[in-house]
Amino acid sequence: MIAYLNHALYGWYPYLCLTVFILGSIIRFDREQYTWKTGSSQMLRQRQMRIGSNFFHIGILVIFFGHLVGLLTPIQVFDALGISHGFKQMMAIVIGGLAGLMCLVGILILLHRRLFDPRIRANSSFGDTAILVILFVQLVLGLLTIFVSLGHLDGHEMTKFMSWAQGVLTLQTDAWKHVQDVNPLFKLHLLLGMTIFLLFPFTRLVHAWSAPIWYLGRKGYQVVRTRRNLQAAR
Amino acid sequence: MKIRAQIAMVLNLDKCIGCHTCSVTCKNVWTSREGMEYAWFNNVETKPGIGYPKEWENQKRWKGGWRRKPNGRIEPRIGSKWRILANIFANPNLPEIDDYYEPFTFDYEHLQKAPELEAFPTARPRSLVSGERMEKIEWGPNWEEILGGEFSKRSKDANFEGVQKEMYGQFENTFMMYLPRLCEHCLNPACVASCPSGAIYKREEDGIVLIDQDKCRGWRMCVSGCPYKKIYYNWSSGKSEKCIMCYPRIEVGQPTVCSETCVGRIRYLGVMLYDADAIEQAASVADEKDLYEYQLKVFKDPNDPAVIAQARKDGVPEAWIESARLSPIWKMAMEWKVAFPLHPEYRTLPMVWYVPPLSPITAAAEAGKMGVDGAMPDVRSLRIPLRYLANMLTAGDERPVAEGLERMLAMRAYMRAKTVDGVLDEAIAKRVGLTGLQIEDMYRYMAIANYEDRFVIPTAHREATEDAYDLRGACGFTFGNGCAPGENEVNLFGARTPTGKPAKTPMEIA
Repeated sequence: MIAYLNHALYGWYPYLCLTVFILGSIIRFDREQYTWKTGSSQMLRQRQMRIGSNFFHIGILVIFFGHLVGLLTPIQVFDALGISHGFKQMMAIVIGGLAGLMCLVGILILLHRRLFDPRIRANSSFGDTAILVILFVQLVLGLLTIFVSLGHLDGHEMTKFMSWAQGVLTLQTDAWKHVQDVNPLFKLHLLLGMTIFLLFPFTRLVHAWSAPIWYLGRKGYQVVRTRRNLQAAR
Repeated sequence: MKIRAQIAMVLNLDKCIGCHTCSVTCKNVWTSREGMEYAWFNNVETKPGIGYPKEWENQKRWKGGWRRKPNGRIEPRIGSKWRILANIFANPNLPEIDDYYEPFTFDYEHLQKAPELEAFPTARPRSLVSGERMEKIEWGPNWEEILGGEFSKRSKDANFEGVQKEMYGQFENTFMMYLPRLCEHCLNPACVASCPSGAIYKREEDGIVLIDQDKCRGWRMCVSGCPYKKIYYNWSSGKSEKCIMCYPRIEVGQPTVCSETCVGRIRYLGVMLYDADAIEQAASVADEKDLYEYQLKVFKDPNDPAVIAQARKDGVPEAWIESARLSPIWKMAMEWKVAFPLHPEYRTLPMVWYVPPLSPITAAAEAGKMGVDGAMPDVRSLRIPLRYLANMLTAGDERPVAEGLERMLAMRAYMRAKTVDGVLDEAIAKRVGLTGLQIEDMYRYMAIANYEDRFVIPTAHREATEDAYDLRGACGFTFGNGCAPGENEVNLFGARTPTGKPAKTPMEIA
């Protein structure tokens, strides 16, 4: 029974989440772009935004890219670079821990604002509040795993997650076996993490896809549109 | 030279009576929706005052418009592109809704449903944002109506720069004027420049600046970028919205709602031809006081054969060139030079211009202490300080505003001589550099202000850009997204989208 659950949750569930994440995002972008937005409420209340939003966003971006690089870089690359597993784990704990604390401060402020500021509360959808709470829980789970990790600093545990993540993405049907006997905290963290991908297209999180970095490359400042060449363009 | 056409507007403040008909009709048509209750695409302010939103003209506080860098190039005052992106998580220059006002309604139902009470039931205010009781309404879109509030607060008005303002707090010296405001549909819009999504654009055909509601992501940098604070963040939809110059009306040759309903007939709409290649240079001149003159140079004479030939080559329709020749805007801004841009020092090259108001001569001038120039009073003895108007309209340069006011006074003197004394006094016209015929023209446009003289609006030429046959049967009665064909020409499931909102809107960088 346990094996079946592990297989379902860490073998099949990732694909469900990834499919919904990608297809859902594409469909929403194509059909419902008017709903594709940050949903900023800064205009209703400035207070708490400067620290709250900046800490939260910077923290979560560092964490996200940390996970991306940490989980998806093939182990051989670290070995070739001479980075030991123990050192890699220490790096993850230190950088992830600091960014996590920063994010925690930010998300607590934002959560307080969303739940207790009458203006923000009245204009929050269920999804707005729910996704913030889910991110908060996920962050706390992630920070708690640090204490588990401190118990074994050889970095071996960490390679299990890398094997699992890379196994899932390379369609290894037995990828789930890598994580079947890890600490339950990690398992919860993985499960909720996948769920966030599942919910992503249905929440305001989609604005992350639209991070306007290409603005830096915009030639000049002005944008002019014309109808004149529509005929030719089609 | 690259000629483009724009529908520009002039407001004759000399005739504005502050009735707010423009604001109310505009609100009824465009912004009577949740999230936009607080927004007035058109509002009328009593000046001097800090306005709506609070102190919008104080760019030290709001950082709107453009800044000229030491190297001579300009960038948005809120910062270069990377600075704008760095502030994206929490914009430090964003007004809060209280800077406009918290929108409210009243508990009207209580009036009908209150049980028998000793006290008369009242409808108390309630916030439209939070739904909570508001004990006291402390600010509104027009809180300073007819000089409401203390002078000490109103005198924070940025236009008092360089004016010894203390004396204007005294009852005997007080002055006021109305300032109706809307989006300026600038030639060098700072909102467009500061939009990280590229969702705001200027239309090549008629110069109207619009926000693509699908592409807007709500990064809210445009609100800070616009120095006139005429972009409003819809807190309900999460998208920014702005005055659309009533483009559905303009496209069929009708004036905007605010212009159509203006009871004082103070608004004018017409075509201006401009040189798109000259914009950047004009917006970057070193001395702010030169910005007005340089903007005049960007406008091109619709009677000049070279300009006409270039306009044709650049695809300006014939009817638009013809309308440019009849444009009331050209006459007021270029021929008579009685209309001026609002705050040219923001370097946005605004396209809604203002005729400054005349005002009664001061008590001092009446007592013979100040100059009276023949039959005409010296414009410096008018109640509204010249410097105040110049700060508003010409970056502080008093000469053009003084000349404009003199011409308006000359028009009165000339017409009085003509209709009362029966004399055509060409000397009056000559003294202000005009001819009698020009003055009579001015009188026709500015005093009589017939509908067909005020509004010279050519229709859009959709037939040149769109095949109506493709639109046939494209958008019928459907549920849901039937009329939104999606982003791509072929939809997710392989079918060609009906109207084919073009896959990529042709976009060019000015």
